[in-house]
Amino acid sequence: MARTDTNDKNIAVSIKNVSKYFSPTKGQGSIKQLFTSGLKKREIKNKGYWALKDVEFDVEEGDFFGIVGRNGSGKSTLLKMIAGIYSPTGGKIKVNGKLVPFIELGVGFNPELSGRDNVFLNGALLGFSRKEMIAMYDEIVSFAELEDHMEVKLRNYSSGMQVRLAFSIAIRTKSDILLIDEVLAVGDAVFQQKCFEYFKKIKAQKKTVIFVSHDMNAVQQYCTRAAYVKDSHLIKVGTPKQIARLYEEEMYETLELQYRHESSNVSHDNDASRTLKNEPIIGIKCNNSRPIKYGEDLIITIDWPKNLNNVRNVGAAIFSSKDEFIHGNNSIINKKNYKNKNTAKITYNLMINEGEYYVTVGLFGEKDTDVIFYKPRAVTFGVKRESVADSWQGLTNLKSKWE
Amino acid sequence: MHILSKTNKIILSEMVRTDFKLRYQNSVLGYLWSLLRPLMLSFILYIVFAKFLGVKGDIRHYVSYLLLGIMTWTFFIEVTTGAVSAVVAKGDLIRKISIPRYLTVLSSSASAIINFGLNMIVLAGIMLITGVEIKLEYILLAPILLIQLYTLALGVAFFLAASYVKYRDISFIWEVFTQMLFYLTPIIYPMSLVLSKYPAGKYLLLSPVAQIIQDLRYILVTPQTQTAWQLLGPLALVPVFSTVLILAMSVRYFKKESKTFAENV
Repeated sequence: MARTDTNDKNIAVSIKNVSKYFSPTKGQGSIKQLFTSGLKKREIKNKGYWALKDVEFDVEEGDFFGIVGRNGSGKSTLLKMIAGIYSPTGGKIKVNGKLVPFIELGVGFNPELSGRDNVFLNGALLGFSRKEMIAMYDEIVSFAELEDHMEVKLRNYSSGMQVRLAFSIAIRTKSDILLIDEVLAVGDAVFQQKCFEYFKKIKAQKKTVIFVSHDMNAVQQYCTRAAYVKDSHLIKVGTPKQIARLYEEEMYETLELQYRHESSNVSHDNDASRTLKNEPIIGIKCNNSRPIKYGEDLIITIDWPKNLNNVRNVGAAIFSSKDEFIHGNNSIINKKNYKNKNTAKITYNLMINEGEYYVTVGLFGEKDTDVIFYKPRAVTFGVKRESVADSWQGLTNLKSKWE
Repeated sequence: MHILSKTNKIILSEMVRTDFKLRYQNSVLGYLWSLLRPLMLSFILYIVFAKFLGVKGDIRHYVSYLLLGIMTWTFFIEVTTGAVSAVVAKGDLIRKISIPRYLTVLSSSASAIINFGLNMIVLAGIMLITGVEIKLEYILLAPILLIQLYTLALGVAFFLAASYVKYRDISFIWEVFTQMLFYLTPIIYPMSLVLSKYPAGKYLLLSPVAQIIQDLRYILVTPQTQTAWQLLGPLALVPVFSTVLILAMSVRYFKKESKTFAENV
């Protein structure tokens, strides 16, 4: 982490001892507060918090620099300070080169204006004159694949269309340093593909990119270096591989705590009852109290009271934490009928990538439409892989043959 | 610091354009309203004050005299009241992009400038029709007064916009304050009416708004107007200096506060 400043000319963004304090007294208030808080100012000030404390690192020219951390760790605050939106409470940020001033796509988009007007407005905020915008208008529109929608008000666009339009404008920016905050969280697969292609392009152009993300795959795929921020402190600057590992370890520690908490609940309530008062008591349990290793089995047991004698079919679906549908199946498909039974056991062999997953569970009668019980996100589990780096990526491992 | 660099000009003009588009969306007459409004306002004022109330005192060309006062006042009110929420209304931008914060205040004043320009065109027409004698050497002084007017309005505007981010009471306080200021400014009544009863009323012209209105009337409508210079002598410099002082102090305050707009707005 300790970097020397001898090659100063190559440093794109230098962050020196930067802290940010959010003070509640500085928030919206009233004149009354102004007068009454005079005496106890110090007391109120203590209710503020340090969003970042003594953060120090450099981003070199041409770096694709990842900033990683959990929600609320301070990474977005850091990005906003680099962008010049927040000013640091202490320390200094030095930027060499033209910095893109925004951290989000579609800044200034107004739902009451047409798509066309929004292109010009957003373009202006990125520093393009009307003339420049007219020159590249057609390209922007065709890249967004929205030729037929430009005269429609933005409020009638789907969120995907808005993102596509915003992205097509944003990639026109001629800045040397780009700031990207979780772009990949939005948009469909085609859009994400476009994002990736754009990333590859700017990476090839040796532009400096600062990239805030939760997606460790993306961080490992694109970043040349990364930083890990935790509880307002910079923990480590290192290679994407090191940082991803650190982040994932920490995430599972937290997950484990959560599991312990949940399993202690189970023993207390004698049933893993996540049910409402008038709902039948259904016990749903999972064999793990900690992340399951990739390739091992996940066993889910579902118990229901004997009086629910119309249960015939049990269904379960697995979703990723990003709500991607991973797998769904039911007992009818697997030729198993639960007539006169009151427990079901499902065993999955987990050939899925590291991460956090949810299981949605349902009990059905003869027909699929006879829903007796349905619980979205009934069980949470985590998967851990021994070695993420130098191995396959994606949601699941496919049997593949290489010739 | 480039107050109006190329980039800032681009952003400012696009912000003004957007405001205009949004304002006249779904209105049949659209931009025409900007011109119709002052015409209709002038007509109403003429009927009420000149015909019904007859508050004209001994002033010749009372209609033009009154309209000029009202229009100048309206400009001041539109710039300042519009600025109260200028920063807060653009909160979405301020939280997400680092553009100079003062652009929000400047752009919010643009519609007031356009309205004022249109008002002046209407007034010029009325002055021609009613035969107001226009003295060219005086007209040349008008731009100086208009600059003072905009300086004053902006000065107040920056203070209001910045303090509104923290204290939402400002909008109410400002509303009441301007009501009071309206009656403390010789807009609908001539100065002579006050002076005949209260000689100390001349100190009303210490207010920069009053000083500007009276000076504009003096050079554009009638030399019968009693100006700050006539009534107060060298003390007439007070409103001029306070205009500059207000701008300087409030720009300083705005600059200091603007560092935390993004987190407070």
